[in-house]
Order: sequence, then structure tokens, then C-alpha cells
Amino acid sequence: MFPKGTKRKFSDSGDEPAAGDEDVNQPSSVAVRMLSSYSLQRQSLLDMSLIKLQLCHMLVEPNLCRSVLIANTVRQIQEEMTQDGTWQIMTQALSAANAAAQCSADRLVATEVLCRQTEGGVTMSTVSPQAPTSYLPGTFGMDPCWEEENGEDEEEDEDSEECGSGSEEGDSDRLVEDSRTAEQVFGTFEIKNPAPSPDPALEELFSDVDASYYDLDTVLTGMQSAPKMGPYDLLESLSSHGPSPLSSSTSCRSDLNELDHIMEIIVGS
Amino acid sequence: MVGVGRLVREGVRGSEQARTSRSHDSVSSFHRPLARVHNPTNKPGNRARIPLAMAGAGGGSNDVQWCFSQVKGAIDDDVAEADIISTVEFNHSGELLATGDKGGRVVIFQQEIENKSQPQCRSEYNVYSTFQSHEPEFDYLKSLEIEEKINEIRWLPQKNAAQFLLSTNDKTIKLWKISERDKRPEGYNLKEEDGRYIDPNTVTALRVPVFRPMDLMVEASPRRVFANAHTYHINSISINSDHETYLSADDLRINLWHQEITDRSFNIVDIKPANMEELTEVITAAEFHPHQCNTFVYSSSKGTIRLCDMRASALCDTHSKLFEEPEDPSNRSFFSEIISSISDVKFSHNGRYMMTRDYLSVKIWDLNMENRPVETYQVHEYLRSKLCSLYENDCIFDKFECCWNGNDSVVMTGSYNNFFRMFDRGQRRDVTLEASREGSKPRQVLKPRKVCADGKRKKDEISVDSLDFNKKILHTAWHPQDNIIAVATTNNLYIFQDKMN
Repeated sequence: MFPKGTKRKFSDSGDEPAAGDEDVNQPSSVAVRMLSSYSLQRQSLLDMSLIKLQLCHMLVEPNLCRSVLIANTVRQIQEEMTQDGTWQIMTQALSAANAAAQCSADRLVATEVLCRQTEGGVTMSTVSPQAPTSYLPGTFGMDPCWEEENGEDEEEDEDSEECGSGSEEGDSDRLVEDSRTAEQVFGTFEIKNPAPSPDPALEELFSDVDASYYDLDTVLTGMQSAPKMGPYDLLESLSSHGPSPLSSSTSCRSDLNELDHIMEIIVGS
Repeated sequence: MVGVGRLVREGVRGSEQARTSRSHDSVSSFHRPLARVHNPTNKPGNRARIPLAMAGAGGGSNDVQWCFSQVKGAIDDDVAEADIISTVEFNHSGELLATGDKGGRVVIFQQEIENKSQPQCRSEYNVYSTFQSHEPEFDYLKSLEIEEKINEIRWLPQKNAAQFLLSTNDKTIKLWKISERDKRPEGYNLKEEDGRYIDPNTVTALRVPVFRPMDLMVEASPRRVFANAHTYHINSISINSDHETYLSADDLRINLWHQEITDRSFNIVDIKPANMEELTEVITAAEFHPHQCNTFVYSSSKGTIRLCDMRASALCDTHSKLFEEPEDPSNRSFFSEIISSISDVKFSHNGRYMMTRDYLSVKIWDLNMENRPVETYQVHEYLRSKLCSLYENDCIFDKFECCWNGNDSVVMTGSYNNFFRMFDRGQRRDVTLEASREGSKPRQVLKPRKVCADGKRKKDEISVDSLDFNKKILHTAWHPQDNIIAVATTNNLYIFQDKMN
């Protein structure tokens, strides 16, 4: 539908002149917007799924059925994105970002997934909207509320500064559990990855013995701030510190400091 | 120790040999039961059968009107995690009702019939026994907790005065004996009633101790512990009609046990791929056929059901029948596979049909027809347009159960907002009811509820956006003979009965 080689930025979609009799070659702006929103929705779904895969419960073994279903969804999206070439663009942008990054590649990858901004200023949602007929938005079973989320995504993309810092904090809070898994999960789905041979990331997720748990264990046993508690006691005290906001009572303050200290170690800053 | 089963299996020669797992030397031998037709002896008693049609809005002589009977559990909205009900099961006579919760406890209720000669009289379920079935454990090898949550309870057919049930958490199955004690021996020669020993020199006459009545005491004792056979989380147990064996299924394997032997089980299904990276499908539920002791089914996360015949080979990796409905291309989305994942499979009492529950529907399959179900009932089709939000908040992974009534004419399953649904197969009618404290006056008739999918909400209807997705009914059970149902909300157990005129 588009002439080959034409790259179209998301913001240009509204400026496309609608040709009267040439709708076959130049789709109307509405169709372009629908296709781009479909890509955004698909991208959001991919991001959400990857986050779900990363956030394993620290103490209890993750539900295998749920992990398998989410992984299958990710695979499905990846296959579709491979067919329309979107995947290639995304992985190349990621590789560029990784190469230029100062901090650990793990965190940057995780941030990329959320923020969709790279050093080069190229947004991953910018794709040449080639439109094979299989991507009619009608077949994509999203609910109407996506339209509003779509608007928010657009604003986020334009405001790169805010996006970068804001989501990074949220990122570190949410991905403290297992930041290493992020790259491994992502690495599995890279097609032409020049990086050294990736570990079978799904194997990591589903294997009976997950080495990352040992890492966490080592971290906690090495903690100096809780001399009287064993590593597993600390785990229990962590789990009892629920997400509810703690009051500023002095008895909780030392626990908060311990929590912060642990989070810093885990995140690796 | 975890993983022993696998080690043993790798040493077994040939593919036709049954795989066994063994943790230490056993004295008794366990032979795989060959095909044996066993007439089930757990037929219902001599109680009068009540027509088991379902509730309707009125009209029709067979209509049942469901009334509130009882509710068990804490009233306050602050739900303790340990009190969350995780399984509900009637025994074979319906006299006992067992619940398991996330804290590893089992509570058994007993039906007390006011007038035994007229079984149709109103009866109440009262607490009969409470015990701690499973404790939380820690797997030191993986640095992970093993939850004590009771995933499933199955009653054994009654053989003597005591009752037996199997309860399981993620890793360990336990056989519990629940027995009554209402007499105790009195009149010992050398012991006082409080247990102190009598000085033999003061004894002048001898007497025979006699049994005297005492207050009823119900004791629960663990008789067998079946452990260390499952690497993954157990989702189902099912007792065979031969009354000797049972199966336990986890995400990737199904094991066959003898009820008496705890140190050995046979692996009969193994769908674990050699390379875990290729894992795309897991087992979600399994059940033995109610009459044919060689037949069982298991469902998968891809929406398929496999029927296996244990006579065909020792390893039932190859199915005898594969039940799968072709996908509807017009409803295809990224969530198609997730919502096709089967959360529960139940044979009908007559053994001719089986019912499966996926996220949006209930399907009835004829065991003789594999390519599509004979009946499909939409539980909450209005959620189809909300799948993305339900994926985001993880509700799409909720595992709803389903159940048959005593004569297989009505099926029931749960939904959100504390709603549950019944489908009358014969009369082609369905009803939505609610389990809530508001409708909890004694003998209050439940009012049918309705969810409005589009914007035009009528009076008394609820719009989809007002549904509370934290209030989910995952576990329901139907009395094997009467119109009595047990419906579990998050931490309360509701018992409803049909209205007696």
C-alpha cells in the first residue's frame, strides 16, 4: 500500500493527503492511524507480557501455566512482528542503545521496554506502516478503552525527558526482582542478534532450578545490616512489609532503611 | 527429595516399561491393575430422589427456586489470606461437605436432618471437624516456599464407619481418616478415671471395663502421606472406580498411586519436552471415568482434552481420543489461546459426557464425538471485549470450576461479582444468581441477576463496568442427590437449597 522504502513517522500520519480515486495506493489518514494504533497496542501488549514474565514471586514458585500462556502470547506477537518487519527495527534500535549505554545493559533493556526512547532519539513505535492485509484492526481483539491509553502513549512519546526519568524510577521499583531475566527473555526472541549466543531464556524461566534465586539468596546472606536474622527470616520480614504505606513511626524507620539498602543491592546501583 | 522420580525413570530400559518413582525400599509390591470392570458400590442410599430441574423465573412444574440456607465464614470485609477458600467438595452421600483453604486447613460440615424419615425437610450443615491438613514447607534446594494451600479434596467411597478423604497441596497428597468416638471405656482396675494409677494393694475386687457413652468426638488423623512424586504443582487428584488407585496430576505429569502404598507411584503421562524452551502446553486438570477404571481424561492449556486408556500401554502419552473444537476465526485475537485454556474437566455422573470450563464458556462433550462439543454455554460473554484489561489485572488466568447436578440435567459454574450461573440442559434455560450477604435472610429466595453488556441498562441490571472482579466464585459443588449447592466466595461458604412448598 505504501511505496517501498518510505519511512513514515507517527506524527505525519495525520498530514497524509487523501487521494480520491487512489485509495488503493494511498490509504486514508484514518487507516494509517488505525494501523499505527494497532502497532502501538501490540507493542503495549508485548511490553505488558514481558513485565509479567519478569515479575516472579520471590518466595513462591511462579505458576507454570500462567508463565507458559504469557510466553506463548509473546511468541505470537513476535511472529507477527517478524512478518511485518517491525521486529528487525526494534532489535536494531536496542542493539544501538546497548552499545552506547554506560550503565548495565540489563537495566537499559528493561527501561527500553517501558519507555521506548533510545539515545538516538528514535522511538520504537515509529515503524514504516507496511500493511499486509492480515493486519486489519478489526481482527485485533482489543477493548475500546485502548483508545484512551493510546492518547497517553502519544503524549509520552513526545515528552522524552519526562518519560526517560519517570519510567526509570518506576522501572527500578518494579523490576527489582530479577533484572537479569529481562535481557534473557528478550534475548530469546531476537532473530539476528550479533551478541554472543543467548542463553535459552525460557529454559531459565521454566527450569527447575533457577540460578537467579541463588543470587538473591547470596545477596541476602551477605547483608550486614541484619546480624541477628538469617537469610530466610529476612525474606519473611520483607514479605510482611506489604505495599501499604508505612507510617513514620520510629520502629518502622530502620526497617525502611533496610529495605532501601536491599533494593539498592538487588538493582545493582 | 524432589527429583527422585526422574532419576529412577532414566534408568528404566525401553519405552514400554512403566515408569516408577521410589524413594526407599518398599515391602509391598504394587502391580499395575489390568483392565478390570468394577461395579461401583457407592450407589446412593435409599433416599427419595427429588426432581432436579433448575431455578427459573417462574412457571413450569419442575422449576426450582433457590433459597438462601446458610453462610459460613467471617463477616467482615477484611479477608485474611489464610481464610480464602480453595476447594469445596460433597462426599458421596452428600451428608458431609468439605472445604479447604489457603491456610492448609480442612473444615468438614455435616448435614443434620431434622426429620430423617422425610429427607425433604430442611436440613442444616454444621461444623463436624476441623483440622490442619498441610503446613507450609520450604524447599531448600530451590529456595522457595511450598504453599500449604489445599488445591483439591476428594472423598473416598465409604467402606466402614470412618470417612476417608484425600487432600493435596502443590506437592503432597495426604489420606485423612475422620472417625467418630462416642463411647469410652470406663472401669479400669489399675487406673483412675483421670489416668492416675491405683496402688495395686488397694484393689479388692476385679471388674471388666465397660463402654459408656461420651460426648461425640470427631477425630481426624493422617493415615498416609504421598510425597516427593511431583516436581511441578499438583492441580488435580481423582479416585478411580476400582476403589484402589487414584491419580494425581501436575503441570506436566500424571502419576498413578495405590491408596495403600506411599513410597511408589507410576508415571502414566509425561508431556515435559526434552528442551524446556519448547514448552508450550501444560496439563490443567485430570479425572478418572466414574465407571471405567481404565479410562481417564486430562485437559490442557491449549483447550484440548485427551482421553487415555490405561490398557493400551503402560505409558499413556498417546491418547485414545483427542477432543478439540476448531477455533472460530472471527473471534481470533492475541488472547484466543489464553481464554481457550481449560480450567476444569468433570465427567457426568452417568459417564457418557464430560464438561469443560474455559474462561468464557462451559462445554459439554459426548465421549463418542471428538471434533466438537455437543453443547456450549456462554458464562460471561460480555467479558470478551474486556480481555485486554482482564489480562492486565491477571483475572484472565482465574481458574473457574464447574459441576453437574445429581442427574446430569443442570450444570453450574462461577463468575465475577459473586455471581454464579446454572444451565439447564434439557429446558435450554440459564440463570444468574448472586451469593451475597444482602440476600442472606433465612429462606430468602434468590433473585435472578442480569448483566447489561451494552449501555442501555435496565432497572436491577448491572453494567459490566460495575462488576467487582475481586469477588470471584471459583469453587462450587452440588449435592449428589438433592438440590443443595455450596458456593464459595473469597472467604465465605454459601449453602443454598431449593424452596420446599
